[in-house]
Amino acid sequence: MSTATAAQPVAMTSQTDGKVLEVRDISKSFGGVHAVRGVTFDVREGEILGLIGPNGSGKSTLFNCILGQLTPTSGEVLVSGRSVTGLRPSELNRLGIGRTFQLLQVFPQLTVRENLILAGQEHEGSRLKRLFGPRDAGLTANANRMIDFFRLGHLSDEKAGGLSYGQQKLLDCAMAFMAGPRLVLLDEPAGGVNLTMLGNLKERLQAINKATGATFVVIEHNMEFVMSLCTRIIVLAEGKIIAEGPPDTIRKNPEVIEAYLGH
Amino acid sequence: MNRKLSFSLGALAIFIMLLGPMDFTPFGLPWSGLKTYPTYALTLWLVTAIAAMGVNLIVGYAGLETLAQAAFLGIGAYTSALMHRNGVPFAVCFLTAGAVCFLVGIVLGFPALRVQKHYLAFVTLAFSVFVWLVIRNEEWLTGGTESLKNVRRPVIFGISLQRPEIYYYWFVAGVTLLLAFLMWWLIRSPWGRAFTALRENPIRAESLGIDVRGYTLTAFAIGSAYGGFAGSLLGPLIGILDPNSFVLSKSLEYMLIVVAGGSGYFLGPFVGAAVAVLLPEWLRFAQDYYLIIFALLVILLMAFFPTGIVGLFERLTTRARRPHADDKGPTLGGPSLGTPSTPAGSTTVAGAKT
Repeated sequence: MSTATAAQPVAMTSQTDGKVLEVRDISKSFGGVHAVRGVTFDVREGEILGLIGPNGSGKSTLFNCILGQLTPTSGEVLVSGRSVTGLRPSELNRLGIGRTFQLLQVFPQLTVRENLILAGQEHEGSRLKRLFGPRDAGLTANANRMIDFFRLGHLSDEKAGGLSYGQQKLLDCAMAFMAGPRLVLLDEPAGGVNLTMLGNLKERLQAINKATGATFVVIEHNMEFVMSLCTRIIVLAEGKIIAEGPPDTIRKNPEVIEAYLGH
Repeated sequence: MNRKLSFSLGALAIFIMLLGPMDFTPFGLPWSGLKTYPTYALTLWLVTAIAAMGVNLIVGYAGLETLAQAAFLGIGAYTSALMHRNGVPFAVCFLTAGAVCFLVGIVLGFPALRVQKHYLAFVTLAFSVFVWLVIRNEEWLTGGTESLKNVRRPVIFGISLQRPEIYYYWFVAGVTLLLAFLMWWLIRSPWGRAFTALRENPIRAESLGIDVRGYTLTAFAIGSAYGGFAGSLLGPLIGILDPNSFVLSKSLEYMLIVVAGGSGYFLGPFVGAAVAVLLPEWLRFAQDYYLIIFALLVILLMAFFPTGIVGLFERLTTRARRPHADDKGPTLGGPSLGTPSTPAGSTTVAGAKT
């Protein structure tokens, strides 16, 4: 695990029938507001699962429950068959789960390369070793590879805060992949990204998926992006799953059109 | 500035700092060095800078708040002085002062996991007042308001640092250099990067595997230990320990030093401490107006240059570089993930770091 990089796919255990993530009856209430109500689904190894639904349907809350940012009111989350409910986000990350946030989350005062090194350093050796080891935690080559892969090569030494929105969005994504995660949850990766960049992003995500077998769960409002990227889609409305299936079936589902697509 | 030049300049500055106050007349040179009081002031500047380095780690790098540094100086000062007077070697007293503050710093760090910004400042403020009250009231231990007198300077390798003044100055300068080097190493290490991440975006940091809890406590502990080290050196410098050296307003002063000097800059604490400790000496002619001048300076600095003096200096010496507004980058034929590629940055001229 500690030496896993984006270039070295990590084999999944076979005892879980290829299920990377199992979400079991997760509910989350804030006072009287039931944001998520008994959601259950599996994510199989290597798939790109889309999570769509109108604003306020509970998508991001669900992500936060899965990733330890929020404690679910009830239910359980299993990663590779192991219960991870109650673990802190940093612990989950070190188990090989990456994520991006809905709003842009890079470190503006660090350079692009330092952002990436930061994203990988906690996976390298022990903490004490890192204090006395090299400044880059031995990750410069890896970071450079990631920078090239996301086509940010001309920006490696720029402070992230000086990048354009689209470039920061790409960096944000690249950071989620830096430690070679097996599972990545992306919250609106295409939000506010221009068309050229969007094509670039989709292509990069598919390339990683192909090269490493990493599994993605993607929240996205851009229907074209979701339908062409994902192999399966789950539709959430008012905290519940109302439809599930391949993109073509979802597109034609009357309930989905009623709740979401029709608007 | 390139690396070599900064290194040479730094070495030169340290050289002048060490030898400048020395009396060269025995060698036939027309420089009689600094008198006792100016040398004392320089030593006080270094001690203040050590304490401020700790605050800078907590506030400037890790983005937390502390209004308790004077309390840690107090804890360190009394721990060290009381041990030293009972015959414990000074090196042990010094390290114990740091270790005690390290442990207390961890404890004080726990509220930082729950409360942030000015709420955290209030928690540390309360701690500062608490420690001051203990020092003032526990007369059997600290002498209370009667103060702890005759705090002796150590004897190092058979040489008493009691006088001349420059001996203790050299000793403190050596300790300062060592502590500064350790701090420099720390903030340049991956830990330093994690501290910065903590400051800029703790939620994102946590999602990248950074143990925000652990790093927060570590920053608090190390920063507080620097307060303890400074305290251990302060007692022998002044020769007497008075509770009012560790009163709340002193804690505010350390915060002010860091902010005025340049919070988050390595040299910030040294510059800030110079403003707070040495400037009053130079502004002696202004007498009572000094505080007004100082207050005005801080107000102007914060209003126009919130990055402090070092930040202002950096802005003046480096030209602003803006990245290309090109959103697209190369669109075709990007390297694949599996194959190693040419080092990034070879295509850009923007790679030069200051």
